[in-house]
Formats: sequence, structure tokens, C-alpha cells
Amino acid sequence: MATVTKQKSDVVLDYLRPGKKFPSVWCPGCGNGIVMGALIRAIDKLGWDRDNIAMVSGIGCSSRLPIYLDVHTLHSTHGRALPFATGIKFAKPGMKVIVVTGDGDALAIGGNHFIHACRRNIDITAILINNNIYGMTGGQGSPTTPAEKISTTTPFGNVEKQFDPCQLAIGAGASYVARTTVYHTPHMEKMLLAALEHKGFSLVEAVSNCHTYFGRLNRQGDAVAMLNLFKENSVMKGKASKMTDEELKGKWVLGTLHEHEATEFCDEYQKLVDAQMSKRG
Amino acid sequence: MANKKKKLMQGNMACVEGAIYSGMQFFAGYPITPSTEIAEGCSRELPKIGGRFIQMEDEIGSIAAVIGASIAGMKSFTATSGPGYSLMQENLGYAFITETPLVVINVQRGGPSTGLPTKVSQSDTMQARWGPHGDYAAIAVAPSTVQECHTETVRAFNLSERFRTPVTILLDEVIGHSRGVISLPEKGELEVYNRVKPTASPEEVLPFEMTPNLVSPMAGYGEGYRFHVTGLTHDVHGFSTNRSDEIFPKLDKLHNKILNYRDEISKLRIENMDDAEVAFISYGSVSRAALQATAIAREAGVKVGCIQLYTIWPFPEKELRQICANCSKVIVGELNMGQIIHEIERVLPGDIEIHAKQRYDGEIMTPMQLLEKLEEVL
Amino acid sequence: MGYKFIDRIKVPEDRFELRLSGSGGQGMIFAAVVLGEAIGLAEGKNVVQSQSYGPEARGGASKADVVISANEIFYPKAMKLDMLLAMTQEALDSYLKDLKEDGVLIVDTSLVTDIPVDNYYGLDFTHLAKNEVGHIMVANVVALGAISCFTGIVGKEVLTNAVLKRAPRGTEDKNRKAIDVGFEEASKLKK
Repeated sequence: MATVTKQKSDVVLDYLRPGKKFPSVWCPGCGNGIVMGALIRAIDKLGWDRDNIAMVSGIGCSSRLPIYLDVHTLHSTHGRALPFATGIKFAKPGMKVIVVTGDGDALAIGGNHFIHACRRNIDITAILINNNIYGMTGGQGSPTTPAEKISTTTPFGNVEKQFDPCQLAIGAGASYVARTTVYHTPHMEKMLLAALEHKGFSLVEAVSNCHTYFGRLNRQGDAVAMLNLFKENSVMKGKASKMTDEELKGKWVLGTLHEHEATEFCDEYQKLVDAQMSKRG
Repeated sequence: MANKKKKLMQGNMACVEGAIYSGMQFFAGYPITPSTEIAEGCSRELPKIGGRFIQMEDEIGSIAAVIGASIAGMKSFTATSGPGYSLMQENLGYAFITETPLVVINVQRGGPSTGLPTKVSQSDTMQARWGPHGDYAAIAVAPSTVQECHTETVRAFNLSERFRTPVTILLDEVIGHSRGVISLPEKGELEVYNRVKPTASPEEVLPFEMTPNLVSPMAGYGEGYRFHVTGLTHDVHGFSTNRSDEIFPKLDKLHNKILNYRDEISKLRIENMDDAEVAFISYGSVSRAALQATAIAREAGVKVGCIQLYTIWPFPEKELRQICANCSKVIVGELNMGQIIHEIERVLPGDIEIHAKQRYDGEIMTPMQLLEKLEEVL
Repeated sequence: MGYKFIDRIKVPEDRFELRLSGSGGQGMIFAAVVLGEAIGLAEGKNVVQSQSYGPEARGGASKADVVISANEIFYPKAMKLDMLLAMTQEALDSYLKDLKEDGVLIVDTSLVTDIPVDNYYGLDFTHLAKNEVGHIMVANVVALGAISCFTGIVGKEVLTNAVLKRAPRGTEDKNRKAIDVGFEEASKLKK
């Protein structure tokens, strides 16, 4: 653990990659920067050796996040961050492996990898930044674009049903699942900390704003207006448990939504290796 | 060698033995006929040596995990067949641009699509060169016997580590499933090459630096050199670029680090070519038929020779021109509708007649088919 | 131009080619692998064993070839069979044409009834396995014992060791018996 108390901003600067050019690719006001800050602070609190951290992403705005951090970073192909991360973690189980992904990356093109990583309960923390739209390609509908909302591929309103990433992860066997938003930054830091400390597959859904496309197309205003929406329409899990389905309609339920103890994939495989190797002497 | 370990095994299993001999410790794959015995063999053997086997949810995930493991520092490979090889292409492209060493075994079967799962084919020859989109140079090797499955797998790992590039091993159903007697080499008998790691301090190391041989030393994750890996076209630091003066060198590097060393990568078997007027050219299981046909035709007094390609890509053009210099005709045997023949037409001088013997019904080429073709062209 | 040579070519004499054929589940591939191991490892010859098969694990036509030579084996499949074992009528009908004129034909007479040639060895492998050994599953091993006797390409002891190396634990006695039965019944017929 760090012994010197740093200013919050210093901590973030300390983890940014020397020589990496700024400004970032993100629009001013993008929630991705808030997630990056919270993630850095959570990692710093854990005091992890940054040479022992691998951060893996796919393709999309959120997937640009690892590039700025001074850890081992792998910007992979669209939807495939989890299997790349699985390879790293399984090869070097001692490494801390974090995946940063988005709603399109994790739930559309990468949906199959997502459920299988949950099922395997491999010790990876996935942060799914959910902005309900494809930002990088210019505002197309995603598996979390709400019903009737406008995107450039749902110009008359979305007629499709949505994935709830947290429910999907719980159903697929993830052993830690939490939701937070980019408005609730101290909460986000807490959820990330819990997820990173959890042994097994953990998912944190970070509800975020794409005011450039989602906000503009759906008349939700600028970044600040969208953050206010998150503030007004979020309910903590404890309070939500006392509310009716009707009352919860259109609300984000935040907090640790699910946690259970389960054997972890790399540990179980290691036991198998130990048994086979001792058999051979 | 008197005490050498001899075993009867399938070509697929000889590949597993060759991979283990090379120091491979990681396999990720997905079951598909006729390559499945490689995955099964790895699931049995890897735990015994402290290695890792994982059955992924599909072939896309398999090659992704293999790339991740290789970047983490482990020699890694996967095995598949036609449909699975197609699924792997995008991430194979990622391995090319990120210069990640790995080996992919493609036990070829009939296609396109599901095609002929239990039948032999060589119709992925061109895919092994041009599978992923974009510009790069590719390496592919092809054994034809059980023993060669071992030696060519070792060679494939060496080439991938030496040139920091994915290498494809083209098997076919006959080579993968036939059993033969193999002498398993002792440690040290075959060369095993390990990737060059950086020695300078982390502050001084550029992860994709331009070295004289164009291969950048490669650290594994967690070894003190924190670096960035991306499928975007990148500069020497590993960060994405849109600058012409950085894009040209990167793509030239992907080509030239391999093409500058093609003499060392080329490998052929040459039989009876000294006085040959006609030559069979082939690879894989067709070469077994061609060697047999050559032996039979020689007995009957025909001046025919046989060239077997172990290196398919980069195509051994200089060697073929030299070996065929005194031939008037060649017969190119393939289990497809004509793939490698286009390369031969490209590299041989115009005064050599080029004939094709192609089979694409899922059956092996027979010596008799080649002999009949030989008589036809004489 | 027009050089003809095919009418003068000879089948390579350094190869002994055999085929074990039947239907999926009769253990033809297992038997071929055992033969390959016995001949390739214990007898020190070059062998290549191959098979062709359909998608089904049980039923369907099944054939397994073994090519044996003191020299390097080029072509991995049979060209002209020196020996054919047919465990079903369908197998015999399909592969008899691949047998050399003086090749050895062995058929399971419990399942093969229509045999269009006079010169063959017929044994009741399936019934022998069931009645003499006590298990229909070892009909392929009974046939291996007969092959050892009829062809002499592999000694009975070497063959037995190879079978026992591959056979599941607890089946040693049955397999040993199966080879003995096959070998003895064959020796009564051998010309």
C-alpha cells in the first residue's frame, strides 16, 4: 500500500502512461474518463504492482480506456476481449486481469464469450461501460438501446428487446455482479474495489452517457443533463427491494446485485495439474 | 539410434508431441473433425507437464486465448479444420499485425462450408496465405508423414518464435489420421528456438523497434516491460498511428522480416531430379502418391522426378526455378481445383509445360492417377 | 510424344497390404492399430495404418488398411491388397475387387454368405467369439488370431502382447483366449 497520501488528481496522473498523447479520443464530457478515474483510484487503493496488471479491451469508445494506463494493455478485436484476457489469466494466473468493454462489444459481437467467461468463473474483472449505443461508429443501436429510442439504425424508434447485462451475467454464473453509474463516482469506486477484490468472474456495469449520439438523438441534452438523469432515475438496491415493479420501471438499480462463492477456473485447473504431476513423480 | 523411443501414432498426435518438444505449454481449441485428436491429446498431456489446456466456446475465442497466452510469454498453439480456420482469420490478422508468435494447425477437409468433414482436401492452401484481410507475409509448412508431423511442428514453432509471426501447419485428413511408426527425438536432437527477449532497461525498450533483422525483442506480460498491444496499425511504441512515415515502415517490416529470410524458411524434398524430364510437384498426402508414382515409373524407365514442398508459404520460387531448370514438363498434383498451380505458373519460365492433376471428391490422390497423367503428358 | 509405359509397370513388391473391413463398431480400426503396433514396434518394420470412415460411430461401412514394408512407405493406403478380411457381406462386395489374384481372403461366415470366389478362408468369427470366448465383442481379436496363422505376417506371441497392451484392464484373459481360438481354428483350415 502507498504510504504517502496523494491528492486524488495526482493518483490519476501517476497511472497515466508517459509519452501517450492527449487529449484522449473521447468527446468532452464522456463518462469513460470518469470510469477511468474511478478504476485508477480503486487499483491504487489495492496497492497492486502495476507490472502485474493486464488490462484488456475490445473495440469501441470504452475499449480505448486501457491505452492511457501504465500497465500491460491489450487492445484486442471487436467482442473478443474476454477470450484474449482468458488466455493471459490462464497462462499467468498470478496476474490481475481487468477487461474494459462496452454494450456492443460485450453483448452483441462478444455475447457468446461474455456468457462463457461468466460460466467458467475465471478470475477476471469486467467493466462494462453501458452507454446504450455504438459511439465510435456514429450512434447505431446496441443490444441495450431501450425500446422506442432513436439511433442511426433505429431512426423510427427501437422495436427490439434489450439485454440486462447484470441479469445476463447472473444467469450465466458470474460470481460477483454490480451496477453503478458515472454520476455516482464514489459508489463506482466502491463497486470496482469490491469487484477487483472478488475471486472469480466479476462484472461491474457502469451506466454511462453518450451525449454526442444517444443524448442528441433522443433529446436528453448535454453531458451534465444526462448525468442528472442518472442521478434522478437511480435507486440503491436496498431501497429498490422495497419498491414495486411498477415503481422501478425505467430506474437503474445500483449496488452489488449478486455475489456467491464458487470455485475459480484457474485454481481448479491447477489442482488437476498438481494431481497429474505428482502421479508422474 | 538404438534406444530411441518408437511409437505407432497418428499424425495429429505426432503434432502434439512436436509441440511439447518445442516447449509449448498452452493450447486453446474447439473440437472439429478431423483435427480433434490434437485437442484431446493436449487435454491429456499438458496437465502432466504443468501446461494448460482450455476448450473455448468457439474457434474465435480459441485463437484469441492463444494470442493472449503467447503475449503472456507461453509458447501457444491451436488446431482446427476448414470452418474453424475461417473463423480464426480475423484474430490471425491480429497476430500478424501485433507480431505475436503462435502456431495454428489446419487439418484440411473438403469445403466450402461444412463440406466433407471426414474427407481429405488441400483446398485451404491459398487461405493459409491470404486468409486475414490486409497486407502481411505468411508462413505455412506441410508435413506428409507421421515423423514429419513431429519435425514440421517443431520447425513451425521455431519459425514463429524467430520471426514473431503466426505460422500455419497444413495437414490434411489422411496425414492427420494415418498412423505410422515415429522415433521420438531425444532432447537436444532437434533445434528449439525461443523468442528473443529485450535486455535493455524498460525505459529504453521500444516494444516494436526496428532492428537490423526487423524482429523486435518481445517481453512477456509481467516481466518488467509494460507495453501496449493493439490491432490498430502502430508505431514503434505500439501506439496507433495514421502517419505515412510510420505506416510504411510497419507494413514493410511485416513483409520483409520474413521475405528477407526466405532462403532459410524454404524446405523441399527432391527425388530423382538429376536427369528428370518431367517433375511431379505437390505437398502433403499428394506427395506420398507422387513419390510412389515416381518410384514405379522409374522402374519402367521413365525419367521422372518428384518435388515435395515442406514450405508452402513463402512460396519457394527460387528453389523451384533452379530444380526445374532442366525439365520440360511438370505435373502439379493437388486435392483442390487448382491453388498452388497458380504459384508454379507464376514462377516457372514459360517454356516449361505445366500440367494439372486435381482431385476434389474427398479421396486421396492415387499413384495410378498420377501415372496416367504422366503417360498422357509424355 | 506418346510414350507409353503403364502396361509395363509393376506393383511394388516390397509392400504387404492388408485391409480389415466390416461395419462400424466391429472393431476393425482397433484391430488394425494392434496389427500396426505389433508389426511396426515389435517386428521393427515400417507400417502405415489408415482408415476411412463416415460420421457414424456405430454402423456404416468401416475399413482399416495396414501397409507393411521393410523400406520407406510412400503411399499410405493400399494399392492392391495382399490380404482382405471381410466381416460383413457389404464389406466383401465393396473390397473384393481390390484384392490381388493370389491374395488371401478371410471372411466371417456368420455374416458373409455370398462369396463369389472359391479360394478363401471362411471362419465363424462372430459365433466363435460368442460361444468359445464368451463375448461377441472380441470377434475382431479372434480374426486377428486367424490372420496371424493364415499370413504369418505377425507372430502369435507378439500379436498377443500388442492386443493386451491396448485392451481394457480386466479383459486380458478373454483377449488371450480369443487369439488362441482364432489361431487354432485357422490352423485346421490352413492349406
